[in-house]
Amino acid sequence: MSGCTGCVISFADTYEKILDVLSAVDLVYAITLADGQTKVTETEDKILIERLYPDSIDIALVEGSICLDDPHAVELIKEVRKNSKIVVALGACAATGGVTRFGRGGQNPQPTQVAFVPVAEVVKVDFAVPGCPPSTDSIVKFVMAALEGDTDYLEMYADFVKYQDASGENLIKQVISQSLCMGCGTCAAACQMRAIAMYDGKPDIRMEMCINCGSCILHCPRIRMPKLKGLLEV
Amino acid sequence: MTNPIGEYIEMISARATDPEILKKAQDGGIVTAAYVYGLENGLLDGVIVADTAEGFKPVPKIARTREEVLSACGTKYSVCPNVSVVKNAVKEYALEKVGFVGTPCQIIAMKKMMQYPNAFRETVGNIGLIIGIYCMENFPYNGIKTLVEEYASVQMSDVLKTDIGKGKLFVYPKDGSEAVTVPIKETIPFEQKSCHVCMDYTAELADIATGSVGSPDGWSTVVIRNKRGKDFMDKMLAAGILETRPLDMESKGGYPLLEKLSDNKKAKNAKEIERRIEMGLPVPY
Repeated sequence: MSGCTGCVISFADTYEKILDVLSAVDLVYAITLADGQTKVTETEDKILIERLYPDSIDIALVEGSICLDDPHAVELIKEVRKNSKIVVALGACAATGGVTRFGRGGQNPQPTQVAFVPVAEVVKVDFAVPGCPPSTDSIVKFVMAALEGDTDYLEMYADFVKYQDASGENLIKQVISQSLCMGCGTCAAACQMRAIAMYDGKPDIRMEMCINCGSCILHCPRIRMPKLKGLLEV
Repeated sequence: MTNPIGEYIEMISARATDPEILKKAQDGGIVTAAYVYGLENGLLDGVIVADTAEGFKPVPKIARTREEVLSACGTKYSVCPNVSVVKNAVKEYALEKVGFVGTPCQIIAMKKMMQYPNAFRETVGNIGLIIGIYCMENFPYNGIKTLVEEYASVQMSDVLKTDIGKGKLFVYPKDGSEAVTVPIKETIPFEQKSCHVCMDYTAELADIATGSVGSPDGWSTVVIRNKRGKDFMDKMLAAGILETRPLDMESKGGYPLLEKLSDNKKAKNAKEIERRIEMGLPVPY
């Protein structure tokens, strides 16, 4: 969808771990990594490029936000939903809109495209994995947990679907002004934009640098605690 | 039934054998000794400490030498966002075996980060050791400042050491004069409110958890919780870095006190969580 492919690169950047993932799944549609779906038909006056989204997909990782002004994108995401058992919003743009939320349109080659929204605003999403991009380790862990059906682990991401407007502002509203922030500093370390600095043990958020990636919200232990199972041995 | 102080492999009383560490340390100098041993023997290549800035203010710092670790000794009783420098330690300092020390809430944050490392690319594998310290609650910087300056009449810049124990806050001035004490109940209004939803006293997710409670003065109670903690501890003990004695399981000031304080914190904060839910306020879920 509307994204920079960074999340797919992060997924592919797993070195030997990608082999574990690939040996466990049958990759049927991943234009960037392995394109078996594009059909190019040349006729006298034009070249027709068609991509067919396959039927009965088990798990679809969707990268990028959905451009509402692009009928193809809207059609495709609806087809993805229809043909897939599990739809995952992978990365900030898909999960929260991310940096594409700041789009104002008017840019070439599509100056009329203005509206970019998280996947969950268009179709039902089962899991949202934020991060700009989500780290390689986290994608592998997520895919492996999904393959093993580890619902305890996946709950964190299932729950994150509702944070479509996650940003540094939520950190203020949901944690600090609810007197839940104890000043661990995880948000400051998590912020991939370095928009958060710690002053007197509390995060100070430079909102003009925030790209709504949702990392701070996912990482904050005072919004959601991790499941204790297996945590001691991590 | 779950253990009141969390899962563990072994518990002992211990203190550092290094006289310099023991002199500067809060109690038994376990964290300092572990860090110094780790750095000097290649088990760790950098450690995150709560350094003391001007005005007895804690700031997270990445230490790589014995001197840097020693200068950060002691409890500051104020918020020090240690997790905030974890990624810097790995990315900017290029450390591969980072030692981390923190309060139970920080250990939970670390473990959550390690379990869901979305914004922490290639960081998890570079954490070498996680030490937790027992914590009942913490104070905002201006809270402890008020207690020290207004209640104990010592300027923050003149503070050598602070300690809480035996129902009192002790403030030791730098000039070597006798410690000024403030009764614990005077300190309660200055506690950080967010600490009251915390259900962890003994850092139940750390590799090693330590603190003074349960051991005699100058000793620390060390709870070894997982394999990483056990391996590290075994090496330290073999190298003679720590002097140990069995943990007192019987008398009132021994292990039973640790268990009692842990139970007290959990019971008190469970009530606060309930109160927040009744009021419709959010709680960590």
